[in-house]
Amino acid sequence: MSTATGSSTTLLGAEDRNLRRRRLTDRLMRLSATAAAGLAVAVLAIVVGSVLIKGASALSIPFLTQNPAVGLGAVGGGIANAIVGSALIVAVGTAMALPLGILIALYLTEFATPRTAPPIRLVLDLLNGTPTIVIGVFIFGLLVVSHSQTGFAASIALAIIMLPLMARTTQEMLLLVPGDLRNAAHALGVRRWRMILGIVLPSALGGILTGAILAIARAFGETAPLLLCDSVFGNTTTLNIFGTAIPNIPIDIYRYSESGFPSDHARAWGAALVLIALILVGNLSARAMLARQRRKLAGR
Amino acid sequence: MSLSPPEKTAEQERSLLNVEVAGESAVATGSTEVVYELRGVDVHYGQALAVGGINMRIHKNVITAIIGPSGCGKSTMLRTLNRMNDAIPGFRLSGEVLYHDRSIYERNIDPVEVRRRIGMVFQRPNPFPKSIYENIAWAPRILGLRADLEERVENALRGAALWDEVKDRLKQSALGLSGGQQQRLCIARALAIEPDVLLLDEPCSALDPIATASVEELMHELRRDYTQVIVTHNMQQAARVADRTAFFSLNVENGSRSGVLVEYDTTKTIFTSPGDQRTADYIAGRFG
Repeated sequence: MSTATGSSTTLLGAEDRNLRRRRLTDRLMRLSATAAAGLAVAVLAIVVGSVLIKGASALSIPFLTQNPAVGLGAVGGGIANAIVGSALIVAVGTAMALPLGILIALYLTEFATPRTAPPIRLVLDLLNGTPTIVIGVFIFGLLVVSHSQTGFAASIALAIIMLPLMARTTQEMLLLVPGDLRNAAHALGVRRWRMILGIVLPSALGGILTGAILAIARAFGETAPLLLCDSVFGNTTTLNIFGTAIPNIPIDIYRYSESGFPSDHARAWGAALVLIALILVGNLSARAMLARQRRKLAGR
Repeated sequence: MSLSPPEKTAEQERSLLNVEVAGESAVATGSTEVVYELRGVDVHYGQALAVGGINMRIHKNVITAIIGPSGCGKSTMLRTLNRMNDAIPGFRLSGEVLYHDRSIYERNIDPVEVRRRIGMVFQRPNPFPKSIYENIAWAPRILGLRADLEERVENALRGAALWDEVKDRLKQSALGLSGGQQQRLCIARALAIEPDVLLLDEPCSALDPIATASVEELMHELRRDYTQVIVTHNMQQAARVADRTAFFSLNVENGSRSGVLVEYDTTKTIFTSPGDQRTADYIAGRFG
């Protein structure tokens, strides 16, 4: 059909206004969709770019390995305490959310009946959509009021945020495990839990880890619950997760950017760069792992 | 079958399809010990009768083929023998399935134990996404057959005529094998737990002719040690491998369709002088 190539004459040889209008609409739609996609890329590029430009000057080996310099407006020092602290509260949160998430996913795929599974999936999706500040307030009321801020309170809040993500992605991955494999294990006279541990989970392992990494990346940047549960730590360096608030990157970014000293602003950008780099690396490695998993289950 | 020596029979007998019919020898020399006895077995899925009124005996060290048009309940029948149907919602069985004179559908029988004794090979090769070695070793290790595991793996692979092809790459993924090799690996996997019976559900339907030949040859070799039941939609295959053949067909009554066992006899009889007109029509390719 020559009309598709954009020539202005129709097959009949005469100019057709209706045809021209439709062609124009088509081009417009395609253009605006492309522009929207481009905008998404541009926004990410601008955010990452500006953080990179402004944060790069603050970034150095001491910035990653040293604790904050003491004193108002002091120069030098780093955010090592916050990096370690963030890693710690996220790790503790993950240790709670991951096993639970996997168990929920196992229940949904292996044991739930057609009647019990949908409500549980719905609850998980609702939990996933719950504003994190609400989860923060909940934990604040439960663990912080009349006690004190602790890293552990933050860990629990992060665990609640990660739980639905981990459960849902794990469930999707378990569903990808072919029924043929379950049949094969079944026919060998192997108990159900053995089949799950020996065949289903290992087959889906890459995908489960992918979901875990995505959830962890999200938890690393989560700020709202930390403001309520884990924000008053000054320049402390502590690993006492049950006793006190412990330093973390999101609150450092917030604190430093609110400060009046230029050296603190530079630190805020540097910390933002560290955070965004961690999350990007996490996301990219998760994608690579997922691709590997798909290949493995596809048989090559 | 008593008129001429068995070997000659196999060479000379031609079925209606003009293919060689497997020797009567196995039936003649094989034991007459009954492994399975089905008495008035009906299988329902929900309200619908899938297969009804099945009475048949399956003998030790004999290859029994189940043939018939699609939808006649061949696979249902096969999966009834190791309780693989249990997981299907709405599955209900009445009548008796006796395995070595014990009813396997009785309340106190553990279906996992039944499957432990009765191996199964599926339509599509379904190796685990593990190494070749682990594919075989996984189940024995779990089932407490840990002694001499390497020897057990080797024996299973030799038993499935796969050892020479894979002995140098046991640590590699089983998914890298060809379709025929994968299917023989699945047979080896089933053999590794020393089953008594091997059920094969259209084991060659996803394989090319060369791989099919290798699996069929293997079935002949396994006849010495195992009782085999094979479901196949390929009549030539039944004629080539089976000693006895059961022909299932569809019974249409009041608009509902259910499978029935039309005729069950030696493969030779089924393919050369069937007693039922429906069998003759199916063998001759007039329906199905």
